[in-house]
Amino acid sequence: MEWETVIGLEIHAQLATRSKIFSGASTAYGADPNTQACNVDLGLPGVLPVLNREAVVMAGRFGLAIGAGVERRSVFARKNYFYPDLPKGYQISQYELPIVGRGQVTIDLEDDGTKVIGVTRAHLEEDAGKSLHEDFHGMSGIDLNRAGTPLLEIVSEPDMRSPKEAIAYMRKIHTLVRYLGICDGNMQEGSFRCDANVSVRPKGQAAFGTRAELKNLNSFRFVERALRFEVERQIDLLEGGGKVLQETRLYDPERGETRPMRGKEEANDYRYFPDPDLLPVEIDDDFVAALETSLPELPDAKRQRFMEQYGLGRYDASLLTANRATADYYEALLAAGGGDPKLAANWVAGDLSGALNRDGIDIAQSPVDAGLLGGLLARIADNTISGKIAKQVFEAMWRGEGDADAIIEARGLKQITDSGAIEKIVDDVIANNPGQVEQFRAGKEKLMGFFVGQVMKATQGKANPKQVNELLRKRLS
Amino acid sequence: MYDKTIAELGAGLRAGDFSSLELTQGYLDRIRRLDAALNSFISVVEDSALETARAADERMKAGRAGPLTGIPIAHKDIFCTQGIKTSCGSRMLDNFVSPYDAAVVSRFREAGAVVLGKTNMDEFAMGSSNETSYFGPVRNPWDTERVPGGSSGGSAAAVAARLAVAATGTDTGGSIRQPASLCGITGLKPTYGRVSRYGMIAFASSLDQGGPMTRSAEDAAAMLQVMAGFDPRDSTSSEQPVPDYGAQLDADLAGLRIGLVQEYFDAGLDPAVAQSVRDAVEEYRRLGAEVVEVSLPNSALAVPTYYVVAPAECSSNLSRFDGVRYGYRCAQPRDLEDLYKRSRAEGFGAEVKRRIMIGTYALSAGYYDAYYLKAQKIRHLISSDFRRAFETVDVLMGPVSPTTAFRVGEKTDDPVTMYLSDIYTIAVNLAGLPAISVPVAPAQNMPVGLHIVGNYFAEARLLNLAHRLQQVTDWHKQAPAGFV
Repeated sequence: MEWETVIGLEIHAQLATRSKIFSGASTAYGADPNTQACNVDLGLPGVLPVLNREAVVMAGRFGLAIGAGVERRSVFARKNYFYPDLPKGYQISQYELPIVGRGQVTIDLEDDGTKVIGVTRAHLEEDAGKSLHEDFHGMSGIDLNRAGTPLLEIVSEPDMRSPKEAIAYMRKIHTLVRYLGICDGNMQEGSFRCDANVSVRPKGQAAFGTRAELKNLNSFRFVERALRFEVERQIDLLEGGGKVLQETRLYDPERGETRPMRGKEEANDYRYFPDPDLLPVEIDDDFVAALETSLPELPDAKRQRFMEQYGLGRYDASLLTANRATADYYEALLAAGGGDPKLAANWVAGDLSGALNRDGIDIAQSPVDAGLLGGLLARIADNTISGKIAKQVFEAMWRGEGDADAIIEARGLKQITDSGAIEKIVDDVIANNPGQVEQFRAGKEKLMGFFVGQVMKATQGKANPKQVNELLRKRLS
Repeated sequence: MYDKTIAELGAGLRAGDFSSLELTQGYLDRIRRLDAALNSFISVVEDSALETARAADERMKAGRAGPLTGIPIAHKDIFCTQGIKTSCGSRMLDNFVSPYDAAVVSRFREAGAVVLGKTNMDEFAMGSSNETSYFGPVRNPWDTERVPGGSSGGSAAAVAARLAVAATGTDTGGSIRQPASLCGITGLKPTYGRVSRYGMIAFASSLDQGGPMTRSAEDAAAMLQVMAGFDPRDSTSSEQPVPDYGAQLDADLAGLRIGLVQEYFDAGLDPAVAQSVRDAVEEYRRLGAEVVEVSLPNSALAVPTYYVVAPAECSSNLSRFDGVRYGYRCAQPRDLEDLYKRSRAEGFGAEVKRRIMIGTYALSAGYYDAYYLKAQKIRHLISSDFRRAFETVDVLMGPVSPTTAFRVGEKTDDPVTMYLSDIYTIAVNLAGLPAISVPVAPAQNMPVGLHIVGNYFAEARLLNLAHRLQQVTDWHKQAPAGFV
């Protein structure tokens, strides 16, 4: 039987506010345990939550970016359950009335097509603390630094039909939240997390199969692996005459498999009800208008503009707009005399990205900034150096040896464009390789490369390749 | 000395007739001598009280004294006080010393008031007789065989017995007004949002409101002046400006329209209590007010509605008492579940557990619509009743409680009868309105309170009405025998 996979994702994006969603404590990552937990975060008797306006602004930006807008009235509710890292015995979340309603994003498919994925809703909530089981013999430690950190939970429709589509959607949301400046997207620190609902059904069947919820998916790689494992598990189960249970399963990255959580942890009745300590969030037109004007150019629009304005192909435009910093770098590069947009695109996506990846550096911190690289590309454009020499210059710039002109000057890398000088070398090469000349003249055209190589070797790559080609053809014909 | 008003004491302090240290010492002596019979205090903080009194005397000399500077008061043990145990009447918090002050507490601290201690109360403010306290029942100073009412019973008894000039209380369903009525003092529950709830341990967040408990309306005005005002730490706090409550105490009542709530004069009301209330209303007629009958048709639904809403909220509010971070923890827990179960089973008393159970049930999947949602709808109906009534009258009047103080132990086995003790006060909390209990003629030698309910933020009007009655009657000046 042929099976169809159905996937929906719940993404938790930690909002990049300075303070927590309901208290003034800092949200900075990595502080000593319990040093960033104030009376409110500790759930002391008598304390009350006060909503952080910035969290509402950030959620609103997301709503606008996915075409959902901002709900004029949303309500915080209490989700009640006991856990040691949940200080109040309830999590403040949104239930019936979330701040962001239905929207959508468009993902790219592998066959160059696109697909629209529905976003059911996105709501604000507070994060819980962390339980530390390692350091205390026979006991558990609780770190409440993370308690009260603002989260935007983004719930998709079950619109994805393969793990690849799920990853594409997740990347899309990841790109979007970073463009909007509302989440740093750091998955290692848990700023961007994902749960997945997975089911399979016989192809052609309208009804959904029974789904399993996968948790603990904290990297793109794990999401894909977990989804693949889970889809295969469910198909094997069904084909073997078994049934898929509706349950929550944890992904174990070490074994590469999913396992059911203990039943007790999911047998909760959360007893949601509106939090009487917080008033409904009322949004007016002015608030939304201000959000709209503050919205940056979004990834899809930027990519479209790059294609139209710079004549780039979809692939290059996608690469360059994958994050705001890269796109900004690219446009700064063009402004700095980067010349031909296609050449500039190749350099950003090629040598620059390669060097950044190699040294693990963020593009915003690149030792070769857009101005420096622009200076280099200008020298390629005006034939001062060849593309090949430019790579040498780039590496020197990367090591901090100065700008392109200084390096070209210091190393004498300037391209030889004097026809007389090149002619002499061409003649020498022809004279020194009579056998090859004979073969070439007899019709072995591909020896052209050999002659060019010889000339380049003799000039240490500095001869203008175009001139070399022309002269060789003239002399050999 | 112990019958003086806050204004009189303030004048005496400023004139140098006596010092705050002497005054405070005097109250501490009275507490030591008399409170054994009442059990109105959970904590008495002699050292810090005397220290604050000395500081108040300094402030007095420096000419920086306010109306409350150097005045000895007590806080209900529901308000968090830095460095002083805040038990909320529960074993659960018997070991809890708050690291911060409640908004109300810091306001009194800034005003220079002297805190004598923390008063006894029903556990987590759940009760109408002060018998659910882990620290034992409070006795009514008018008859120590009887209850003082609750949940602010310690505050009411302490003020009635002159063990503090005034006290703070909280009112979720009548917890200021009913004990004020049963102990013969003046108790004001302000409009919801008027007094910050920050640092006031939550029972039912949408109903809880702090307020003053005093011997006179004039004192209540002085206390409320300190307590009221916007607090950015409480999202439900109101930004409505705070008027000068003292300035309007003497306002004329001519033409004022009083609505007598006919549903409150029902079969459950003790005829002697009814008579005292009607006699007081007659006084207002003599003062120039007009009295008409009004109806609040949904009154009968108030108690059942309250006993869904309040337990639902409390079941969630009390979840933080889990034995993990502070408060009572059971001995030798086997595992996490055992820690939760036994800490809560041993740390909470029976009434608290009953309400957590009711509330948990009301919020459970499959019951939420039938109970919690329905109760919220009825709550709107009850508010609408009041809104319609206030279209034709300025204030509403009736009894605070159907009877005078009952005997200790009389209703402890019958929670529903106990709940009916608040039958006239609960609707006011559901609507978020302000209301006051004012002492009127006793019945069976026990105090009776007149209930005056105002429109939103009409505290000044309520204090004005109470004060005018207290100018023509002296019920509020009576002291219980043995506590003169």
